Amino acid sequence: MKLKKILPQLATLFVVVLIFGFFTMNAQLNMENRGIDFGYGFLTQESSFDVQFSLIEYSGSDSYGRAYLVGLLNTLLVSVLGIIICTIIGVIIGIARLSPNYLIRTTAAWYVEFFRNIPLLLQIFFWYYAALRALPLPQDAEAIFGASYLTIKGFYTPSLIWENLDIFIYSVIAAIVAIVFVRTHAKKLRENQGKHLPVLNISIAILFILPLLTFLFGGVSVGYETPELKQLAKTSFKFEGGLSIPPELLSLVIALSLYTATFVAECVRAGIQGVGKGQREAAASIGLNRKQVLNLIIMPQALRIIIPPTTNQYLNLTKNSSLAAAIAYPDLVLVFAGTALMQTGKAIEIVSITMLTYLTLSLSISFFMNWYNAKIAIVEK
Amino acid sequence: MSTLNLLNPSKDNLQSNLYLGSFLVGISLLDVFLNSFLKLNITYFLPSIISIILPFLLGMFGLHLMRIEFSGIKNLDRLNKNINTNNFNAALTLLIIFLIIKAIPPVMSWMILDANISGDSKDACTGSGACWTYIKVWFKRFMYGMYPNEQIWRVNLAFIFLVVLAFFGFITPQKYRNLLTLYYVVIYPIIAFILIYYLISGGEFGLEWVETGAWGGLSLTFIVSFFSLIFCFPLGMALALGRRTELPIIKYVSVGFIEFWRGVPLITVLFMSSVMFPMFLPEDFFMDKLVRVIIAISLFEAAYVAEVIRGGLQALPRGQYDAAKSLGMGYWKMHIFVILPQALKLVIPGMANTFLALVKDTPLIFVVGLAELAGMLQMAKTNPKWLGYAMEGYVFAAIIFWIICYAMSKYSYNLELKYKTDR
Repeated sequence: MKLKKILPQLATLFVVVLIFGFFTMNAQLNMENRGIDFGYGFLTQESSFDVQFSLIEYSGSDSYGRAYLVGLLNTLLVSVLGIIICTIIGVIIGIARLSPNYLIRTTAAWYVEFFRNIPLLLQIFFWYYAALRALPLPQDAEAIFGASYLTIKGFYTPSLIWENLDIFIYSVIAAIVAIVFVRTHAKKLRENQGKHLPVLNISIAILFILPLLTFLFGGVSVGYETPELKQLAKTSFKFEGGLSIPPELLSLVIALSLYTATFVAECVRAGIQGVGKGQREAAASIGLNRKQVLNLIIMPQALRIIIPPTTNQYLNLTKNSSLAAAIAYPDLVLVFAGTALMQTGKAIEIVSITMLTYLTLSLSISFFMNWYNAKIAIVEK
Repeated sequence: MSTLNLLNPSKDNLQSNLYLGSFLVGISLLDVFLNSFLKLNITYFLPSIISIILPFLLGMFGLHLMRIEFSGIKNLDRLNKNINTNNFNAALTLLIIFLIIKAIPPVMSWMILDANISGDSKDACTGSGACWTYIKVWFKRFMYGMYPNEQIWRVNLAFIFLVVLAFFGFITPQKYRNLLTLYYVVIYPIIAFILIYYLISGGEFGLEWVETGAWGGLSLTFIVSFFSLIFCFPLGMALALGRRTELPIIKYVSVGFIEFWRGVPLITVLFMSSVMFPMFLPEDFFMDKLVRVIIAISLFEAAYVAEVIRGGLQALPRGQYDAAKSLGMGYWKMHIFVILPQALKLVIPGMANTFLALVKDTPLIFVVGLAELAGMLQMAKTNPKWLGYAMEGYVFAAIIFWIICYAMSKYSYNLELKYKTDR
């Protein structure tokens, strides 16, 4: 009996060790033969390549480590933008799929069927090489809202110039802390004394008033810089100043969010449908009004169903953002696993760092999800 | 006779409300229609801004008049219930209809009316619409990649064989049904491999050898997704069972494997297979790029398949395990005859989603230099003779992929209904 349990485990262990041992041995032999040494020392060496778009200061004289950081930040930027937009579209489409209006329902269903069934890479290619290439040249672009320009070279819009930005950010953080405090207090009040505070109104008020105070008394001020058309050569024009969003980022965010929104929409729909009709009827029969039914009965239960699969979709979006390499948006894969690998030839080190980065990202989110699931799970008595 | 109350339509003035309402909606639709299809503006005499929003206002008012509850007219009630429940819905209804009417002419003229398909060079494309000539000329490349033209029959033959052999399952007599699983899991993949190895790759029986670098286009999409699908399924099943056992070493090896592959993007896996994996092999050992890619995709998807199957295993009630054990079944007997048949039935939708994801992921192999459909498009797009037709190519590929994926999802839905057993 005991042997029956130990033997298969030993066999598995043996196979795993054998495979790893075989690979390690070969890798060592191969590297010796080719005269490559293993090590992560290259991260501090000068990278001597340039990155087109970066959130932090970066030039060719910086190290490979900093190039990694540039790529990582670009990946995170695409992911965060994509997650925000896909949530907005996804929630709208998901609710629209449950609309009593036949046309809206069908349109939403077709949106989902259409964007879900076309490979994401093809969609990215379409937006980058076909749709955005049809935009006008900088000199022909017409202004949107007076100061923004959508051109073939990207999207140009006025940028904000802050003074004492840190004070403003602190005030926002303080506002959020205050809101959390108010909410816990309101919850306690509701559970102990049955009193209802207008939590939403108070929260909005705090969120606006605190930052506003910093404008009045904290010395925070905001100016803006508009993009200006500059002539480089006879036929070559370019916008300078302001905030410029390169077409790569634009098409990547559009494609990622339109594609992921279909999955988010399905999660939202399943979540709302998953709350039984009886819940709604029971809530109505104990005298809750429509708003209370939605806020206190439907949403808490629907969110419990919606959030785990939606987080999974966010994770997928983050991983899919690595397709950026296909249209030369300098994300982690392109900058690090592409250019840096090409220059250093350190295949094992670089690919393993890249994979570990994504792995850390995914695992931390999935640990968070497990914790959250355990926290919100319905405890049956 | 009550007076006609326009602000609060009721059943009393059913006829007049209905006629006035449908007249207004009709006018508004006619205006948009003429504007869109014939470039006529019947409200040209009004200021431009009013001329633009007039159809919307007329339509809103018309729908408002028609919104009479329990009118007794079946069609009107249905209309009201479905697209005209309140002002907000009416507005959305109108906007969607306007959008459709507005969108049809440009799409039609781009895709059909102003498009060109004759000729075999760029000069034939004179219209302002799409240039389908480009697709026509490149069609063979899009389907077969750089496979030699005179050898294409071999690819066709192999695929015809594979499809015919796959249909055996539908015509087997009841007597041999038990063997079907064996056929699909073991025999069919072997036949498929032999077919592709000898027929498509060639090199023997007087067939010219075609290196895998020349394979491409849609046929490569099929080959890669077919083999990855076949390999990832048994591996995924083993991992799912491994994750559920009580033997700690097997369990943690499975968990580690699954979490690792699920945590990294496919593109890095492909990078690994192309730049890092050769370092792990003996120096004189050569493995074809296509084989490496198929292994990489199979391992990657196996982790997802494992999670889907695990969901099915967990969904089975404990009673099933207990009942099987009380009949004296061992681990393997219990799983093969009791647990897996039920669990796999439960996971058909999830499985279909995973396989769909696999098919949609195959274009990624272009990062390692294998050009399937999307990769061929990139190649064709940069051909100096055919610059500027990216849009046509993407629309064509999108239609093809859409048909494949949509058909797959519909088929899985049918399977789901077919195998649905009520508990």
